[in-house]
Amino acid sequence: MKKLTQLITAILLLPLLLSTAHADSVSEGKEISFDRKKGNCLACHVMDDGELAGLIGPPLIMMKVRFPERAVLRAQIWDATVRNPATSMPPYGKHRMLTEEEIDKVVDYLYTL
Amino acid sequence: MKGLTCLSAMLVGSLLISAPAIADPQSDSDDVRAFFQKRFSNITLEDYADGAYALNENARMQWEEIEEFPPYEDAVDEGMVLFETPFANGKSYASCFPNGGIGIKQDYPKYDIETQQVITVEFAINQCRTSNGETALPYGQGELAYVSAYMASTSRENLINVVIPDDDGALAAYEAGKKMFYERKGQLNLACATCHISIAGGQLRAEITSPALGHTTHFPAFRFGWDDIGTLQKRYAGCNKQVRAKPFALQSEEYRNLEYFHTFMANGLPLNGPGSRK
Ligand code: HEC
Ligand code: HEC
Repeated sequence: MKKLTQLITAILLLPLLLSTAHADSVSEGKEISFDRKKGNCLACHVMDDGELAGLIGPPLIMMKVRFPERAVLRAQIWDATVRNPATSMPPYGKHRMLTEEEIDKVVDYLYTL
Repeated sequence: MKGLTCLSAMLVGSLLISAPAIADPQSDSDDVRAFFQKRFSNITLEDYADGAYALNENARMQWEEIEEFPPYEDAVDEGMVLFETPFANGKSYASCFPNGGIGIKQDYPKYDIETQQVITVEFAINQCRTSNGETALPYGQGELAYVSAYMASTSRENLINVVIPDDDGALAAYEAGKKMFYERKGQLNLACATCHISIAGGQLRAEITSPALGHTTHFPAFRFGWDDIGTLQKRYAGCNKQVRAKPFALQSEEYRNLEYFHTFMANGLPLNGPGSRK
């Protein structure tokens, strides 16, 4: 009986746990994006409440509408030169500026914008 | 429409990024000028000598205020003293340069056919020292930069006149400099040309990236970040580090070739060094 209660509680709590995991990932994603030694996306993009943002790339807004496919958004960050060989955007994945997990977190964060 | 703008940006980008196989410095320079003329149709060729300040009224006003009490004045005075003080052997810098070293900066860098290498003003200053039994000085800042700043100050308003002699070595040096300028480097994968041609005038964080055309007119320059006057090649190293690429040694063959290419494109622009920059 005790086990069953535990199980039920666990099942009930699961979505909550998952959503806090997601919230963590979003806030970490934001940190990575803003950190000058990591994403430093603000050098070129207006995004969220970031200060001293550059104007080299487009503002990062309405990401869900503009990038319905997660893989496309991820690929833009992993290596922007695939889509535009002349781009000024650094290839974060290809040049290992960010790890695969960090890129996933940045993508999670971008989808909240 | 957005797609179209993107596409044309891509085309222009690739045009500028891929270097043609045959060396033709004059047409390279014409291409760069045509690109900038189209991009910033409201500024004249001379205006490029003011760097990013030619493109932003606000930044320009702040800069003009700074220039009223130039932060490089002491460096020029000290440079003049150093320039005029004889070496231990009784000779001086004047003996190493045409016209006693006065009003000649516009002719540098030069290509020396005999030794098959590019000679910048700073390189020549140290050559002068070592050939007169003095020790070479560090190339980034300090006494050598002061001497160079003084020499620049005597050349103000003279028009840049870099010559590429009809010599395979000279053309190869120019080409090597050009390649370095257009090659993507470092973890950030950016070329000089990405920041100073493709996105020149754009805002990177709080900085406006200056057009490459006016880069070489005003060095050595006082930068508040350096808190001193520093040479052009010190800035090259800074920009290399910015993209997490390993910088070359100052006055290495690589940087001298880069300076040769970089200054040739500015032929005809008035010198206005030393200058001050944020
Ligand atoms: C040095 C400049 C620079 C930096 C730094 C930069 N970008 Fe970009 N970014 C651009 C440019 C320019 C574009 C426009 C499209 C292109 O050139 O690829 C762009 C496009 C994008 C796009 C596509 C937007 C659209 O509307 O098509 C996304 C998403 C993006 N960047 C995300 C990021 C993220 C996330 C970071 C940091 C981890 C970042 N960028 C860092 C320059 C930059
Ligand atoms: C990430 C972008 C970036 C890259 C790549 C880059 N620079 Fe810069 N550079 C800057 C910024 C930002 C400044 C300071 C603002 C400005 O342009 O004056 C600057 C300044 C300069 C200046 C001083 C301009 C002046 O008016 O005093 C020179 C010269 C220069 N860069 C040359 C180069 C060269 C040569 C390369 C390649 C080896 C290079 N840069 C690569 C961003 C870059």
